Amino acid sequence: MSSTGRIVTVYGNMVTAEVEGTVRQNAVAYCQRSDGVRLMSEIIRIRGKLADMQVFELTRGLKVGDPVEITEELLSLELGPGLIGMVYDGLQNPLPEMAAQVGKFLEPGHYLKALDRKRDWDFDPLLAPGAIVTAAENLGKVKENIFDHFIMAPFTLNGEWKVKSIAPAGKYKVDKEIAVLEKDGQTVSVNMIQRWPVRIPLGIYRERLLPTQTMVTKQRIIDTFFPIMLGGTYCIPGPFGAGKTVLQQITSRHAEIDLVIVAACGERAGEVVETLREFPHLKDPRTGKTLIERTIIICNTSSMPVAARESSVYTAITLGEYYRQVGLNVLLLADSTSRWAQALREMSGRLEEIPGEEAFPAYLESSIARFYERGGIVELKDGRKASLTVGGTVSPAGGNFEEPVTQGTLKVVGAFLGLSYARSYARRFPAIDPLESWSKYAGVIAHEKVAWAHGFLKRGKSIYEMMQVVGEEGTSIDDFIIYLKSEFLDNVYLQQNSFDEVDAACPVDRQQHLFEMVTGVLKHKFEITDKARARDLFFTLTEQFRDWNYSPWLSDQMKTAESAIKATMSSKEAAHA
Amino acid sequence: MRKFYTKIDNIAGNVATLKATGVGYEELALVEGSWGKSLAQVIRVNGDNVSLQVFAGTRGVSTGDRVSFTGHSMRFSFSDDLFGRVFSGGGEARDNRGELTDNLIEVGGPAVNPAIRLMPHRMIPTNIPMIDVFNTLVEGQKLPIFSIPGEPYNELLARIALQAEADVIIFGGMGLKYDEYLFFKHRLEEGGAMNRSIMFIHTASDPVVECLQTPDIALTVAEQFAIKGKRVLVLLTDMTNFANALKEISITMEQIPSNRGYPGDLYSQLASRYEKAVVFEEGGSITLMAVTTMPGDDVTHPVPDNTGYITEGQFYLKGGVIDPFGSLSRLKQQVNGKTRDDHRAIMDGCIQLYAKCRETREKRAMGFEMSDWDNKLLKYGESFEKQIMSFSANVGLFDALQQCWNILAEHFEPRETGIRSNLCDQFWPKK
Repeated sequence: MSSTGRIVTVYGNMVTAEVEGTVRQNAVAYCQRSDGVRLMSEIIRIRGKLADMQVFELTRGLKVGDPVEITEELLSLELGPGLIGMVYDGLQNPLPEMAAQVGKFLEPGHYLKALDRKRDWDFDPLLAPGAIVTAAENLGKVKENIFDHFIMAPFTLNGEWKVKSIAPAGKYKVDKEIAVLEKDGQTVSVNMIQRWPVRIPLGIYRERLLPTQTMVTKQRIIDTFFPIMLGGTYCIPGPFGAGKTVLQQITSRHAEIDLVIVAACGERAGEVVETLREFPHLKDPRTGKTLIERTIIICNTSSMPVAARESSVYTAITLGEYYRQVGLNVLLLADSTSRWAQALREMSGRLEEIPGEEAFPAYLESSIARFYERGGIVELKDGRKASLTVGGTVSPAGGNFEEPVTQGTLKVVGAFLGLSYARSYARRFPAIDPLESWSKYAGVIAHEKVAWAHGFLKRGKSIYEMMQVVGEEGTSIDDFIIYLKSEFLDNVYLQQNSFDEVDAACPVDRQQHLFEMVTGVLKHKFEITDKARARDLFFTLTEQFRDWNYSPWLSDQMKTAESAIKATMSSKEAAHA
Repeated sequence: MRKFYTKIDNIAGNVATLKATGVGYEELALVEGSWGKSLAQVIRVNGDNVSLQVFAGTRGVSTGDRVSFTGHSMRFSFSDDLFGRVFSGGGEARDNRGELTDNLIEVGGPAVNPAIRLMPHRMIPTNIPMIDVFNTLVEGQKLPIFSIPGEPYNELLARIALQAEADVIIFGGMGLKYDEYLFFKHRLEEGGAMNRSIMFIHTASDPVVECLQTPDIALTVAEQFAIKGKRVLVLLTDMTNFANALKEISITMEQIPSNRGYPGDLYSQLASRYEKAVVFEEGGSITLMAVTTMPGDDVTHPVPDNTGYITEGQFYLKGGVIDPFGSLSRLKQQVNGKTRDDHRAIMDGCIQLYAKCRETREKRAMGFEMSDWDNKLLKYGESFEKQIMSFSANVGLFDALQQCWNILAEHFEPRETGIRSNLCDQFWPKK
C-alpha cells in the first residue's frame, strides 16, 4: 500500500515531504508539480513524519504543499532479454526511444519501459511440469544475439517450488506468461521480466570463486605488466588529458569478454556519442558481429540531473550482475567514479551531514567498497562459471592521488592503473605509469620474467634522473646502455599505437612472442663503448620492432621485420666481445 | 491577481528571506523599494519561508520592501530582433534601445538527449596557425582558454569571434572591466560583426547575482538559434568570475564548501553550462569558447581543474602565445585527417622538433656544449616562434602549412624531420 505526503521544503534537488502512513527507506516516490508532471524521486532519509527525497529531475516549479506519492518499491530495474545493445539513462529509460517520443531535450517527468514489449523471443523450455526449482534456476532460454539468455525462476523465490506448467517452445513477448510455479497451494506466474532493486547486490549462486583467469585486453602494458582477471576489480585514476576515457574505450573494444557495460557517469556527452555512433559499425573480431551487439550503454552525462547520476552506477552494476546470473562474462566500465562520489557529496551537503575529508561524506569509503565488491567470479547453481569484472576511472582533483576517492578505491581494487600526465605529455600511450601502477593478478607472462623486465624500467629511470644532473658525458657506458634498454622496452612494448590497425590490439600469443624477442635484447650484452653509436643502434632496433608491431601476425611483412631485427642483433655493432 | 508581501525577515549577503505561500522553486520575484527595484529568484523554499537571491544585490533593501512573485521562472525574449543588441547579465537592455518582451522562452532548461547528438565533424577555420594547424577548433566543441590574468586572452577571443565562420556570435561577459566591454564592442563593430552578434555584459561593478545569470541567458539564446539550424559561436569571459560568484552565494546559503571555498557542485554547475555545446542532426550547432583565468598560473586550482575534466581540451595562453604543449583540442582528430594529406604530419613533426628545441635550450642554459644538431634546433625554434606561434600570424590553414614546410626546409634535411618520406617528396619546397 503506498502512502502520500505533501512537500514542505525544496532546496536544489532535495525535497522534504511530510508523510501520512509508512515510508520505506530508498523507496521510489513521485513529486507532482502543479501542472501535473510527476517527478521521480527516492527516499534517502526519514525523520519522524518528514521524508527527505532526492529528485531525479530538475525541481524547478515544485511548491510547498504539492502532493507526493510514495510507493512501496525500491528503485528497481527491469531485467530480461533485450537489454543488450540498448542505451539507457541512469534510471533505465531508453534514450533513443525517449528522443522519438519527447524530443531533443530531456523534459522532466517522462519514464519509459526499459524492455521492448512488442518484440518476439524464441523460447525453449528446459524443464517439464513437475520439476522442482529454486530462485534463479533456469526454466528455459531464448537467443539474444549470439548468447543463450536463460530465463530463470524469480530471484525473490523462497525455497523449492514445483513447475506447475511451462510454455511449449515458441515465440513469446517478454511480458507473456511462460511458466507457473507452485508451493503449498500458492502459485506464481512467471514471465521473462524480473525486477530487482539496484542498491541490493544480485547474486544467487553456489559459491564465489577466486579469480584465476586473465581478462585479456590486448593492451600489452596491461596484460603483461598490470593484468586484470575475470571477476577482478581495477581502477584507472588520472588527471584530465591523461587518456582515461580513451583507455576505457580501447578496453571496451578489444577486451575478450562476452558483454561490456559502459557506464558514462557524469562525463561528457560527446564521449558517449562517439561510442553510440561508432559501435554499430565496428566489428568484434571474436564474433564477427558489431560491437554494439555486446554492449549496453548507461549514460548519465554531466549535464543530466545529479541524483540520477548517483543511481546510474548502481543501474550499471545491477545489469552486470544480471548477465552474470545469465551465465556470461561481463565487464563493467564506470567512467567516472569520482563524478558519482561528487553526487554523493552534493546530496550529503544538502542533508547537512557532518562532512569528512574534502567535504565528502564519512560513508564514502564504505560506499566505494560495497560497489566494487559486487564484482566477482561465481559458480552458478547449474555449475557454470560466470563473472563480473569492474573497472572504474577516477578523476582526482588536481591530479593528486592523495584525495579521498582515489585512496578509498585503492583499498578495494585488485589492480591500479595510474595514468600520468608526464607520460601523456610525452605522447607515450597508453599513459599508464609503469613505476606507480600495480596489480595483484597474474598475467599472460610468468611473473618472474615480468618482474625482471620491470627492473630495467626502475633502473633506467634513476639513471635518467642522474643524467639530468651530470650530463651524458658523466654517465658510464654500462649505465647508459641500461637506460637505452629501459627506453627501448618502453617504446616497443609498453607503448601501443591505438590508431594503427594491427598494433591497436595485441593478442596473447603475439604478446608472448614479442616479450621473448624484447627479453633477448634486454639480456644481450652490448660491447659498444661509444654512446652516440649505442643510441643509434637502439634507434634502429626500436624502429625495427615498431615495424614488427605494425605487421599483421605471421605475414611476410612480419617475417621481414623479424629478420631485420636478427640482422641488427648479429651485426658487428651489437656483437659480443 | 498578484499578491504582494511587505515583510522581509532576513537579509544576508544577496539573499533575502520572507514568509510566502504557493511559491515555486526557482520562481522569479520582484523586489521593489525606495532604492529602486530588482528581480530575484527563489533558491529555497522551506515551509512558508522563501529565500530569494536578489539580482541587484540587497544593498539598501528594507525589511518593509514590497515583494511579488511572477508565477514563472526566469524568461528571456527570443527573436531576430536580438541581433546587434547589448544586455546586462540579468537580461535587461544595456544599450538604451528598450526592452524586448515578445516570444519569451524559459532560461536554463533541461539537457539535450545524448542519443540525438552528432559527433562534431566540421573544422572551424580561425586563421590562427596555432589553432588551425596544431589544435584545430571543431564546430560543436567546448574549449576553454586557460590563462594567467594579464595575458591577451580577450584579444584572442575577439579575433576568434571575427575570423571564425559562424552565423551568430553570442558574447557573455562576466565580471568584465568596463573598458574590456568597450574593447569587445568596438572590435565587433569595427569588424562589421555586430549585426550578427548579441552581447550579455556583466561588468565588475554590477551585482554578483547577475554574473550567475549571464551564461544561462547567453546559452539559452544560443540553443534557440541552434535549434533553428544556425551555427552559433558562444564566447564567455571569464568563467573564473562565474565560479567565484557561485562560491559567494553558496557560502551565504551556508553550504559546506568542498575545495578552497568552492561549493561541492562546482563540477556539475560548470558542466551544465559547457555541455550546452552541441551539434544537431538538422545542422544547427553551438561552439563554446570560454576564458578561465588561473589564479597564480595554477592549473590544479579548482576552477581550471574542474573545467579541464569537462571540456574537450584547452588552449593554454602563456607568454603571449598559445602554448603548443599545454594546449590540446581533443576533437582535432575528427577533422584534421580530412583537410590535407600533410596536416597531421606537420602537426606532429613541427611540435616534436620544437620540443627538442626547448630541451636543447635547457641544456644550453645548464652550460652543456652545443652540437651542430643543437644549433639547428635552436635556429628552427626561433623561426617557428616568430612565424607560426606569434600572435600576429594571420593566415589560412594551407598557407600556414606551407609556411611550416618552408621553415623546415630552411633549417633541416627531409630525413631529419621525422616526417614520412612520401610526404616530404610531395611537399618539400624545391630550391
